[in-house]
Amino acid sequence: MSTFIAITVSGLALGAVYFLVASGLSLIYGLMDVLNFAHGVFLTLGAYAGWAVASRLPAATNSAAAFALTACAATACGAAIAAATELVLIRPLYRRPVGQILVTIGLDLALVGLLLGVFGSNSRTIAVPAWLTSVTRLGSERIPNGDFVALGAGVAVLTVLTWFLHRTRYGIIIRAGAENRDMVRALGINVGRAFTLVFTVGGAAAGLAGLLNSVVFNGALIDPEQGDELLIFAFIVVVIGGLGSIAGSAIAAVLVGLVQVYVGFYAGSGAGLAQLGNISVVLFLAMVLLVRPRGLLGRTA
Amino acid sequence: MTLDAGSAHDNLAVEVTGLRADIAGSSILQGIDLQVPTGGVTALLGRNGVGKTTTLRALLGLVPASGTVRILGRDVAGWPTHKIVRLGVGYVPEDRDVFARLTVRENLRLAESVASPRYARVYELFPELAQRSRQFAGTLSGGQQQMLAIGRVLLNDWPLLLIDEPTKGLSPLFVTEVVDVLQRLGTACSVLMVEQNVHVVRKLASQVIVLDRGRIVHAGHADDLGEENLVRRLLGVSGA
Repeated sequence: MSTFIAITVSGLALGAVYFLVASGLSLIYGLMDVLNFAHGVFLTLGAYAGWAVASRLPAATNSAAAFALTACAATACGAAIAAATELVLIRPLYRRPVGQILVTIGLDLALVGLLLGVFGSNSRTIAVPAWLTSVTRLGSERIPNGDFVALGAGVAVLTVLTWFLHRTRYGIIIRAGAENRDMVRALGINVGRAFTLVFTVGGAAAGLAGLLNSVVFNGALIDPEQGDELLIFAFIVVVIGGLGSIAGSAIAAVLVGLVQVYVGFYAGSGAGLAQLGNISVVLFLAMVLLVRPRGLLGRTA
Repeated sequence: MTLDAGSAHDNLAVEVTGLRADIAGSSILQGIDLQVPTGGVTALLGRNGVGKTTTLRALLGLVPASGTVRILGRDVAGWPTHKIVRLGVGYVPEDRDVFARLTVRENLRLAESVASPRYARVYELFPELAQRSRQFAGTLSGGQQQMLAIGRVLLNDWPLLLIDEPTKGLSPLFVTEVVDVLQRLGTACSVLMVEQNVHVVRKLASQVIVLDRGRIVHAGHADDLGEENLVRRLLGVSGA
């Protein structure tokens, strides 16, 4: 029973990281109909920014504040790169969806190539406080502290996003724009600003997710291609949750995280079964789409 | 073809020359010249598919178009839609286009363009909107959605309103209510209104413009609609 609790917490933490990535993808698609294949490299760049800041902090720094600073750097880097992408590359391609897809794929390939050229393919280690890699005892069970951090970040981002989308004017603009962009324009609102804002928010969440994924699930290691691996699961989460639905993404992220961890732990420990957890996610996607082709909370076409 | 509404630009809320618009390879507007005088209601009429809605959308920059467009004294050709609207243009689209997944209150909040939006006026004219402020707009009836669409422009004091088929699909009771509100609006600002209902046009409009196959075929006073032959020839309906 106690192992089940630890596995469940781990699945929820993984779901939280998936949500951080998927929320941005879903927001961007919901408002702009842009499938952003460069989202993966936003994650990677966020992780590298975190690594760059953490490696410059004094060795004695072992505090929550130091990790918060690292996380802020990852978040800010993701936000800045995403905003620049929207302004420079996506904006000139409005109403040209194929061009947008191609440019995001191209950007992803170019930036991953750049990271490989600068840092090489070897992984680098992010310096993190010791408390983050230790465990908390819950009865006889040992829960990694990193799981709690990822879970807390996911819940915090979901709370802030929900508040933002429902309580602020820009949030209402984003929800309205997802329904009918022309009508938003016809009310005298500059939708372009909302587009930039959505990309920035999505990039910020992606940057944070890149750092947390490395720290919590990858032994604090980062490499130039880590973002693209995570992006595949994030796309699956967005499709299961329903394109454009933040609540759907949150539910789907938790389900995908739990399915992946449960199957991986209980059925994937034998020889040749290491990928069973990943395969189970794809099967889960197929099952959901068979029953609900629009995803759990997707909008009607 | 233009209306006899004064020669000075200052007397015109809208002045269009050679407006052309193509949609999906079809030439919808084929060089329209029209003028909308400042003050009162000008009705844009025509059979289905002749380009009435496209004309309004082209004025707002919602469809690609060429030609000269002056709105409230400014040459707005090529401007983005939000900038044209901010000149002082309110728009009530065909089929209402309310945001179905937003509440009534959120729909109205989105339309606020001034520091002190006139909610009192909106709720006085359409008290039902106040009662249903937390209801999702997608769950409203057609008439209630039309109230919301008109309510959005009533929040602000626009000098010019573009209104597309305000009575389309409404029950007679709602038509009376909407006509009453539009009558009041027509005394306070300039209105260019697309409308199929000749009776409504007679009640509201002082000027009429008739479109056919992307061109203006008649422009004159609303009294012209009293000529049965003209109505039958241009609109294909009886004016009786």
